[in-house]
Amino acid sequence: MELLEIRDVSKIYNRQTVALSNISLNVGEGEFVSIIGPSGAGKSTLLRCINRMIDPSSGAVFFQQNRIDQLPKKKLRQVRTQIGMVFQHYNLVNRLTVFENVLHGRLGYKSTLAGVLGYYDSFERRAAYEILAALGLQEQVFKRCDQLSGGQKQRVGIARALLQRPKMLLCDEPIASLDPSSSKIIMDHLQRISREMKITCLVNLHQVDVAIKYSDRIIGIRNGEVVFDGPPAQITPLIIEQIYGTEAHELILSLETLQPGQKSPVKQSEVAHAAC
Amino acid sequence: MQPVEQTNLFFRQRRWSSLLGFVLIGLLSLGSAWLTEFDSVRAVTSFLKALNWLFTRFHPTVESLAKLPKIGEKMAETILMAITATMMAAGISMVLAIIGSQTTRVNSFFGTISRGLASVLRNVPVIGWALILQFSFGQGMITGLLALLFGTTGYLTRAFIETIDGSSDSSVEALRASGANYLHVIRHAVLPSSLPQMMSWILYMIETNVRDATLVGILTGSGIGFLFELYYKGSYYNHASLIVLVIILVVIGIETLSNQIRRIIL
Ligand SMILES: Nc1ncnc2c1ncn2[C@@H]1O[C@H](COP(=O)(O)OP(=O)(O)OP(=O)(O)O)[C@@H](O)[C@H]1O
Ligand SMILES: [Mg+2]
Repeated sequence: MELLEIRDVSKIYNRQTVALSNISLNVGEGEFVSIIGPSGAGKSTLLRCINRMIDPSSGAVFFQQNRIDQLPKKKLRQVRTQIGMVFQHYNLVNRLTVFENVLHGRLGYKSTLAGVLGYYDSFERRAAYEILAALGLQEQVFKRCDQLSGGQKQRVGIARALLQRPKMLLCDEPIASLDPSSSKIIMDHLQRISREMKITCLVNLHQVDVAIKYSDRIIGIRNGEVVFDGPPAQITPLIIEQIYGTEAHELILSLETLQPGQKSPVKQSEVAHAAC
Repeated sequence: MQPVEQTNLFFRQRRWSSLLGFVLIGLLSLGSAWLTEFDSVRAVTSFLKALNWLFTRFHPTVESLAKLPKIGEKMAETILMAITATMMAAGISMVLAIIGSQTTRVNSFFGTISRGLASVLRNVPVIGWALILQFSFGQGMITGLLALLFGTTGYLTRAFIETIDGSSDSSVEALRASGANYLHVIRHAVLPSSLPQMMSWILYMIETNVRDATLVGILTGSGIGFLFELYYKGSYYNHASLIVLVIILVVIGIETLSNQIRRIIL
């Protein structure tokens, strides 16, 4: 069985806004999947229906045999420890140190008392340090998070998610607030995480070129429906237009250089702006 | 329409409406002056008379200095009352704010209850609470303390809710997504992000409450307010003026101190 199975999931906000309609997909272990689509397509909603930060209106979500949409609270917490989340705005506690923020990744495993007291054992602390070092943050360990650059903050966010020892990472536009060089660092780390640690990555992206460069598979969403699902090699200007509609025009211009089937680095900044 | 024209029109309309506002306010003040028979000439002359009285009669003398220990004792009592009321209010407000905040509320029912309660407490002035509470508790320290407690709880709850919603929204989402439970989230995301700001509000309320406690004291017959009234009614204006002086000095002192603390924690 696949790691994640989404079956016929729909989400309707306030009985009127249809954010997702009958989405079905399977994601396997270690896959690197990008989700692209215009603003308001439902990308964030889809990610949050997986770990139930948003409750789907109908359909079923299976993760490691657990039917997430029907889990009781306590079991849901357990499943959430297996799913790390990375955010566009990092969502760190800015007044705390890097180290404390990363250790937050362990809270899901703790009893109320141990968690409230902030008790972390030496294994957890060692692991936190090692993960930070692997992400190139060994100099920053005891700095307060509000003293970090955006790229560093995002690496702290990733470290926190990794300390959960997750099976899967959900990344909601992890590079949308970063400059191109920080973006590359973050995407390279995510790629390494999926390849070397076999952690599945589901990444919402605005930049088509980045999605093409890094993904094993791309899912295109428009108006809450999956309009494309396949390897990056199959992305063509026509498909971009199907995903982005009228917005696609500039995207296609900047992808002109891209022949079907070839992973080519397109000028990142242009595409980033076109897609925003 | 061109965007430039549109914005020009917008600002023209803005100007007209603010002009209209001024005219209305002017008319209102004239009207109310006439209604209350406010006589500006008399107002100035009686103000001058009051100043004259202040300088000739209302000032401390050497004899009144003998009352200083007594005044000091009552002042300390009043400050303690203000601090006690504020700290108790802070504890209650913390709970109410966590329940009432959009970010951390348990459910919308309790959220509404908590915010409603805070709003009622806040919208009755402290003096109003003192008057109301006198019916059940009579005159004395308890009435004053409760009056301050009520008003402060209303105010701090509102301030704390805004602090929580403003500073911890996104990290709360992150911790919940990682499987942390409610109390973990409060302890590790909400409190670290909001405590410094909350401390600052508490200091501010202590300042305000020292001032209010003297007023409430006059009403409820406790603390420095009571002593002031005693001297004032007995025409011991020199003693009374010494009290005013002490209050002013204490209030300034507390403000300076709390500004210092604020600089350290924020
Ligand atoms: N909390 C909410 N309440 C009501 N409607 C919402 C809510 N969140 C999202 N929506 C609506 O659902 C639709 C999908 O939103 P979603 O945030 O999932 O889009 P997105 O693809 O992530 O967009 P973006 O690229 O701008 O982040 C939009 O029409 C949005 O207005
Ligand atoms: Mg989004």
